[in-house]
Amino acid sequence: MAAAAARLASRQSPISKLLRRPLLPSCISSGLRHLSDQATPITVETSVPFVGHKCEPPSREVETTPGELMGFFREMAMMRRMEIAADSLYKAKLIRGFCHLYDGQEAVAVGMEAAITRKDAIITAYRDHCIFLGRGGSLVETFAELMGRRAGCSNGKGGSMHFYKKDSGFYGGHGIVGAQVPLGCGLAFAQKYLKEGTVTFAMYGDGAANQGQLFEALNISALWDLPVILVCENNHYGMGTAEWRAAKSPAYYKRGDYVPGLKVDGMDALAVKQACKFAKEHALKNGPLILEMDTYRYHGHSMSDPGSTYRTRDEISGVRQERDPIERVRKLILSHEIASAAELKDIEKELRKEVDDAIAQAKECPMPDPSELFTDVFVKGCGAEMKTCQRCVAALGCLSEPASCCSSTKE
Amino acid sequence: MTNGAKPTSIFPGQRSAAQGYSSGTASIVIGLRRAPPNQRSSSLPPSPAFPFLFLFFFFWRPRPGKDVGTREAGVGQLASVGKDEKGNMLGGPLRRILPEISRLPKGYSTVGKEMTVREALNSALDEEMSADPKVFLMGEEVGEYQGAYKITKGLLEKYGPERVLDTPITEAGFTGIGVGAAYYGLHPVVEFMTFNFSMQNESRVIGTLILFSAAASVLGATVSVGCLFDEFKPAKLGKGAGSMEFDLGIVAIDHIINSAAKMNYMSAGNISVPIVFRGPNGAAAGVSSQHSQCYAAWYAHVPGLKVLSPYSSEDARGLLKAAIRDPDPVVFLENEILYGQSFPVSDEVLDSSFCLPIGKAKIEREGKDVTITAFSKMVDYALQAAEVLSKEGISAEVINLRSLRPLDRRTINASVRKTNRLVSVEEGFPQHGVGAEICTSVIEESFEYLDAPVERIAGADVPMPYAANLERLAVPQVDNIVNAVKRACYRSVPMAAAA
Repeated sequence: MAAAAARLASRQSPISKLLRRPLLPSCISSGLRHLSDQATPITVETSVPFVGHKCEPPSREVETTPGELMGFFREMAMMRRMEIAADSLYKAKLIRGFCHLYDGQEAVAVGMEAAITRKDAIITAYRDHCIFLGRGGSLVETFAELMGRRAGCSNGKGGSMHFYKKDSGFYGGHGIVGAQVPLGCGLAFAQKYLKEGTVTFAMYGDGAANQGQLFEALNISALWDLPVILVCENNHYGMGTAEWRAAKSPAYYKRGDYVPGLKVDGMDALAVKQACKFAKEHALKNGPLILEMDTYRYHGHSMSDPGSTYRTRDEISGVRQERDPIERVRKLILSHEIASAAELKDIEKELRKEVDDAIAQAKECPMPDPSELFTDVFVKGCGAEMKTCQRCVAALGCLSEPASCCSSTKE
Repeated sequence: MTNGAKPTSIFPGQRSAAQGYSSGTASIVIGLRRAPPNQRSSSLPPSPAFPFLFLFFFFWRPRPGKDVGTREAGVGQLASVGKDEKGNMLGGPLRRILPEISRLPKGYSTVGKEMTVREALNSALDEEMSADPKVFLMGEEVGEYQGAYKITKGLLEKYGPERVLDTPITEAGFTGIGVGAAYYGLHPVVEFMTFNFSMQNESRVIGTLILFSAAASVLGATVSVGCLFDEFKPAKLGKGAGSMEFDLGIVAIDHIINSAAKMNYMSAGNISVPIVFRGPNGAAAGVSSQHSQCYAAWYAHVPGLKVLSPYSSEDARGLLKAAIRDPDPVVFLENEILYGQSFPVSDEVLDSSFCLPIGKAKIEREGKDVTITAFSKMVDYALQAAEVLSKEGISAEVINLRSLRPLDRRTINASVRKTNRLVSVEEGFPQHGVGAEICTSVIEESFEYLDAPVERIAGADVPMPYAANLERLAVPQVDNIVNAVKRACYRSVPMAAAA
């Protein structure tokens, strides 16, 4: 609770960031391992091998540590909990409009974060809540934004599809399918222009994978050697259309043709981490790369889609049983005796409470002030111009603006 | 340049122009895009006649009028196809549009220096790139080709291929890349373009071109014919009829509107987009419907964009510099026909710190009987109309809008309150156009001051036809403006009564 309050008070402060980082799970004090063991390297083999296209795939042996595995578990469980809570909030009509949930795909967000720094950039489409969290966003900011409150990360003016955190290298949050891919290539262009030695991960889905602008941007990126990694989160359904009905070639990692690609088990956080590390090294040396993450979403495309008209419930529950990312990490933790099952349950309970507290806090937040309607249209000036529009917006009740000040234009 | 030479740019597709063009015994640097060796047209075999022909053409070149540079002469020539000296479309001989002294906007300092709009834009880009290393240019043919309209001439040589980037013909892709770079903090200037437009004189020019190349090849000299012929691209090298930039801009319009205009708002100021989208807008001559539309109303409709449209060289310099320095996305609507037009510029305008405010219109000509608002090319027509009207005793005030969003409502309304009559002029389609917004602004704020209904002159509400006579009917002419003013002054029968 105190941690959540600290988070609200100092959204961007280093202390809150520290509080957010799941470095030392609370179970440690009663844990099976000592602090010093948290960094002991463990080697895990990914369950599915990588498949390369025009490149040598990385090894299936992934280096990790107990601390990292616990971190994965905690992050993913938090993301899962958050998305389920968002589902309830949407049904309670506290969240309006669009709400695209990420549960099932958490391993992609978490594995990617483990491989990169906050100086690298990530850009994605509208299924962005968990990626925002992974980049250092807080639960309160997330829920407040979803509910359209002032404390939201976009001051309540963006909504579910428009989360941003530029200081952590998160560039959103885009509603137009496929648009984020050229934008991501542009971020990589700027990184190269400024000689920063960082990369951009431009994420998109199997639905966007057929977009023309993606290939336009990929062509330019390959031509100019931009350090961009295109990450196709292939959850096999573009809204209600299965991949085999939308793409002549659903082997998305090969669709780059002259651009190398890698197919990755997107439900395995360690495989994702390995692939992203490999991709970052590749992109800095050789230009763009495509990663296809084979993943799955349990919810429908959005909250208005039940998700069962184009796929069977058996399929959904089958994936949940066999490939769930959190269960996989749980099994690893238990098999390596990093923590007990009870401790993991405790963590989940603790996270549930954290999420509930954040929701309660977000619910208390006020809506944005009406004057916020006209702010941030521009960085520079022209605020007075907006007043003219008040004549047309009866709801504001400000129709008595004198004519002379309406036509003033200030810089 | 040898094959397989390692490119010197960090962006490999952009070879440095310093690597030079392929030589050969004689190469004419004519600004055509260098074709791969197997496509180059072969010169005619030498003959004794050629040296004489060369000398003949050396001393005579098709110069239609006052020579302010062959490039400008060429553009003026093309631009004035089918128009008389006043710029009205006719089937008459080719003439160059020259601003007559009486038509020169008042308020310029009396200094002898003149500058074409093209030079103004080029110098503005040059100075802003020099001042801020984060500014870079991107677009089709902006680099090695020196710019499809030569606006970016010389910039590749000066700033290198990392800052002047030739893109493939993929507007959606490179516009998105530009916006993404702006998100990160760079200051891109994105030019939309394919080819220039005039296929109609192609055969005549090709003939001259062959003679030149033959003559030069005989003498083994490199002759710079300048830009007279870089309007023209032999069919085998290029695409067909050229295109207007902002017509291609609508391919990329999703990124301009959804990725650029709305971003600062949606992110509550977290991510700003300091980008400029520039290029020619509106009708040229004979380029038909897909290449003649004016997009001013489309872009000015969107909150989050700033939309500028210069007329004179002073406008072009000042507004482009302001646009590049502005932290918000700016759509900069130029006019192809104005590129070659020359305007006097004062020392203040030539100074590298010169900048015009965004959102301020300029009163080009003061008057007291009627207000005429216009932007871009139509300012020229409005000034001509004002001249015609002054001889008939009507004193027209001409406002050069300069900025379409934000619109300078204060200046417009102040003027209408003085003159009590308004005629708005624009090149684009009438419905939901710029004139409609100006009319409404005046009605909302200065209704009691109006002595006559607002008159709106716009392009015909049809896709632009190709036939010269129909094209002339589809674009506003000086006569239309004069007649509208007379209607507003009740000197002629109102349109409704005549119906």
